[in-house]
Amino acid sequence: MDLEVKIPAALASECGGARTITVAAPEAATLGDVLAAIETSHPRLGRRLRDEAGQLRRFVNVYIGDDECRRLKGLATPVGPDDPIQILPSIAGG
Amino acid sequence: MAYLVLIGTRKGLFTATSPDRRTWQLSGPVILDDDGFTAVAEIYAIGTDPATGRILVGAATWFGPSVWRSDDAAATWSEPQKAPMAFPQDLPYRPLDFSETAGIDQPESDQTNTVKRIWQIAFGPGDRVWAGVEPTSLWTSDDGGQTFTFNRALWDHPEHTTWASGAGGPAVHTIVPDPADPRALTVAISSGGIYQTADDGRTWNGITKGITVDYEPDAAPESGQCIHKVTRDADGTLYVQSHGPAYRSTRPDGGWINISENLPTDFGFAIVAHPTEAGTVMAWPISESMERTPAEKHIGPWRSDDAGQTWRPWQAGLPTEAYFGGVLRDGACTDGATEPGWYFGTRCGDVWAASETDGTWHTVAAHLPDVLCVRAMETA
Repeated sequence: MDLEVKIPAALASECGGARTITVAAPEAATLGDVLAAIETSHPRLGRRLRDEAGQLRRFVNVYIGDDECRRLKGLATPVGPDDPIQILPSIAGG
Repeated sequence: MAYLVLIGTRKGLFTATSPDRRTWQLSGPVILDDDGFTAVAEIYAIGTDPATGRILVGAATWFGPSVWRSDDAAATWSEPQKAPMAFPQDLPYRPLDFSETAGIDQPESDQTNTVKRIWQIAFGPGDRVWAGVEPTSLWTSDDGGQTFTFNRALWDHPEHTTWASGAGGPAVHTIVPDPADPRALTVAISSGGIYQTADDGRTWNGITKGITVDYEPDAAPESGQCIHKVTRDADGTLYVQSHGPAYRSTRPDGGWINISENLPTDFGFAIVAHPTEAGTVMAWPISESMERTPAEKHIGPWRSDDAGQTWRPWQAGLPTEAYFGGVLRDGACTDGATEPGWYFGTRCGDVWAASETDGTWHTVAAHLPDVLCVRAMETA
């Protein structure tokens, strides 16, 4: 299935400036599957989002609808074609 | 001939150029990536290759660590698509504490080995590049810094159980190639010790015995010492600034000689050898370890021309009022010229340069963010 993922301006150059990309994910996909697909199609964007162990980076938030994935099941959260997925970094530091 | 200084700070990379090492033109923060977030990246590691002019920068960003490369004197930068270094996922997890978390990406999982920061980048012969990384590990690249291979032999060294974390994190922070032998290398770990290989990293020999500590019951352990920096002079003598005294040795397996006796304090981080004159070395003493400010509140290095037997301050041109910003372990360097320029930057964000022929320190930059590392090179 194809899913649309919104990309933040801070990472848009990794997908040619696009603010939304379409990701081909398997049926019954999880958010982890979606991020793995992004890493395949856009390797540098993928590693900006997750470390080499596949964990979401600390300052990267991924919303499914109105819920940040950590409040759901994290990378194991199921996603469907109608779920709006949005990546939003929460930049921190003084 | 012109000169380029690269300044890695807590918030971004800065560059400065000069035709004469007296007057400097500052630029920055340099945007390494295409989106701009590296303007505030922590720049712990800068490597320069005098043979090719190549520059590699290790940056810790909100979106993880990476390595950027320039082949045109810092005018343009590129970054590999895939992560330049990644721990093998079948590597058993080794918990290592790290206490400074300001602003950089940190993993959410505490059960996996992941690259946190790149602390050191050093060029070897050919396309060989070495990188020292947090958590404590050494990496090798043979494609000019595009991809790095994890050195398992050092990671598995039996003494690793004596390694711990300094305030900045557990890391291989110093890499000293041997210009006469591409298979030989010296690395230093804080805290952990000094290790040498003579076979291109296949086996490692701890050479820290004889360096004393005052923070453990055993004042003279075999390993585990907090080594702040190691430098090598033109004859191959190693100089060490440890958490305690500074030392030198011509045969580290034969012991170390304390060279702090004539320094104002025995504590400090940066120590840099002259690139062509054996026995000339500079140190930046810091007041006793509870204070961590420049010795006697005077900013500037102390210089020895007799391998650390005698020292004298070199402060011409530097501020004379009390100064509270120390020089971190990679905050000082030379430009490698035959008549070298010396450079250092402080935690107050000031950077100075002086040449052997001039003898006076000149301002390269002022009021930058906290300076983490400084590297300089001649350019055409």
